Amino acid sequence: MTAQLAAEPATTQTAPILTFTGVSLSFAGVTAVDDVSFEVGQRELFAIIGPNGAGKTSIFNVVSGVYRPQRGRVTFNSVDILGTKPHRIAAMGLARTFQNIELFANLTVLDNLMLGRHNHISYGALSAFAWLGRARNAELAHRAAVEDIVDFLELEQWRMHPVGLLPYGVQKRVELGRALAMQPKLLLLDEPVAGMNQEETEDMARFILDIRDELDIPMIMVDHDMGLVMDLADRIMAVDFGKQIATGTPAEVQNNPDVIHAYLGEAS
Amino acid sequence: MSAPTTTPPERPAGRKPRQLSGRPGLYTSYSQHLRLLNTRPKLVAVLALVLLAFAMPWLAQDNTLSLLGLACAASIGAIGLNIVTGYAGQVSLGHAFFLAIGAYTAAVLSGDPAGRTIGFGVTNVVVWLLAAGLVAALFGVLVAPLATRLRGLYLAIVTLGLVFIGEHVFKEWRGLTGGAGVGRPGPVPELFGVNLADSGDVFTSDQKLYLLMLVCLVVFGVLARNLARSKVGRAFAAIRDRDIAASVIGVNLAHYKMIAFAVSSFYAGVAGALVYTITGFIEPTSFNLLLSVQYIAMVLIGGVATISGSIMGAFFITLLPALTRESPTILPFISNDASAPLNVFQVETVLYGLLIIGFLIFEPRGLFGIWTRIRNYWKAWPFSY
Repeated sequence: MTAQLAAEPATTQTAPILTFTGVSLSFAGVTAVDDVSFEVGQRELFAIIGPNGAGKTSIFNVVSGVYRPQRGRVTFNSVDILGTKPHRIAAMGLARTFQNIELFANLTVLDNLMLGRHNHISYGALSAFAWLGRARNAELAHRAAVEDIVDFLELEQWRMHPVGLLPYGVQKRVELGRALAMQPKLLLLDEPVAGMNQEETEDMARFILDIRDELDIPMIMVDHDMGLVMDLADRIMAVDFGKQIATGTPAEVQNNPDVIHAYLGEAS
Repeated sequence: MSAPTTTPPERPAGRKPRQLSGRPGLYTSYSQHLRLLNTRPKLVAVLALVLLAFAMPWLAQDNTLSLLGLACAASIGAIGLNIVTGYAGQVSLGHAFFLAIGAYTAAVLSGDPAGRTIGFGVTNVVVWLLAAGLVAALFGVLVAPLATRLRGLYLAIVTLGLVFIGEHVFKEWRGLTGGAGVGRPGPVPELFGVNLADSGDVFTSDQKLYLLMLVCLVVFGVLARNLARSKVGRAFAAIRDRDIAASVIGVNLAHYKMIAFAVSSFYAGVAGALVYTITGFIEPTSFNLLLSVQYIAMVLIGGVATISGSIMGAFFITLLPALTRESPTILPFISNDASAPLNVFQVETVLYGLLIIGFLIFEPRGLFGIWTRIRNYWKAWPFSY
């Protein structure tokens, strides 16, 4: 199963999967992202931290094509993706989860996961009407692929339930599953453990490590749980008021005076 | 990134997948679970219902059959509205317009070339039915770009505009429609050289038309059900539930909204052509807002985002007037006379509004929801949990 879900090796193993160069995004005078530059390497677990309103989610929205920045350059897998529609960027292999769960509440867990495979299922509307060989075989094959994810994230008992009725922690897991079903080349996790209790947080941390180790998918993670971020991330970028204030290993960022200042304020 | 190469784990050769007796919810293969009628009770019930429906010409009288035929045709239209509004979540008040496009396309194609109104004399049902659907679908595709710009109430208002534009054009274009108060004959249904609207030796016209409507309903119902459970149906639901999330997982919103409008209008066109084949007469002022609202009532009362619900709703709304017309025999204070203080027509209007309000408050999932509750009750019977 690992072989099937894992991202295919990229053409150039050394080139970064994502580069951000001097990106600025503002909404009518409010600068949400101010001249931010970073790179995420293949197999890297990169984390973005910062106080509320620092622009972390805005960075995610720029990457996934929901927002278009006024200045800067964003490349994904060495392709410039600025101005590309979200569904095209998704087709290129970018998957994300949302801070406030954005699942399709009336659909079952299986249907939500199947929607993650949308771009991999290749039949059109006319085959769908007929439901003969092509559409039927595709549905069966992708159903099998989705069951691997159900297995990976331990969602067996919830398969047939409409996701709107599931507990919060499970919904978070389903959303991660939907992103994984896309077989992404890069995964963006927006606060994967927000609002979770200790046990759920530890479960999620284990899944994130499994994704990195077994599926080899590079990730960018935003979270406020500093313990989790410091434990899991390879490198961390700290932002405050849209500005990048530090980038480096967890130890470097932890001891950076600007980061301490942003979180704790001025020493009196 | 390639599609997975694994095939679903199949059963050992020579053994057909079968439902274990006493475990109706247990599936032993994915193909079993994905089947259209995936439990034995469903299969038996649906087959029985279809058989009964096909036996109706020998069981019911002609005027009942013509009413049932109307309900079948309306069901196709309700399925169409449910696809765009129920599944894809794009509220459309313009259904009457697409019904009209279908009705007039069919009537013009099959009409008498020497008649008062435009006609080409192509009376083959298959030809004009497909044409009615396709022309309506074309209009649907033209309207779809609006849905990529607008949502919710704004889209509803724009589609409402279609109805008024249509009403005006149909009233004024006398060559096509015969004009208000005059109208034109409905489509002429001819199949294998037999005019279905003429009574023959074996079948009366009502019996033949009813069978035509029933066959159409079964065909279009199954097709719609297939669409709904496919990749396309899931994309529709994704757009309805969370459109931003849908685009971020790779659903092309503009493309799927266009498919939704095209399919929905195709169904409306077919329904329009069929309904006016039964009534035999097209009055241009009948394609008004009330007709759109009637179809919305079918979807709401039947069940949003279900195909069987659309059919239930269409039958309910079409057969309702027949029931209220009978009410004076049981309730003597209701009068058949339209000038009396409480007459059947008033009862009908009141009932109509009450039903929509009642369903929205007490069972938003409609008749289909009631059916689900009954089914779940008997599944667990005699235990309540």
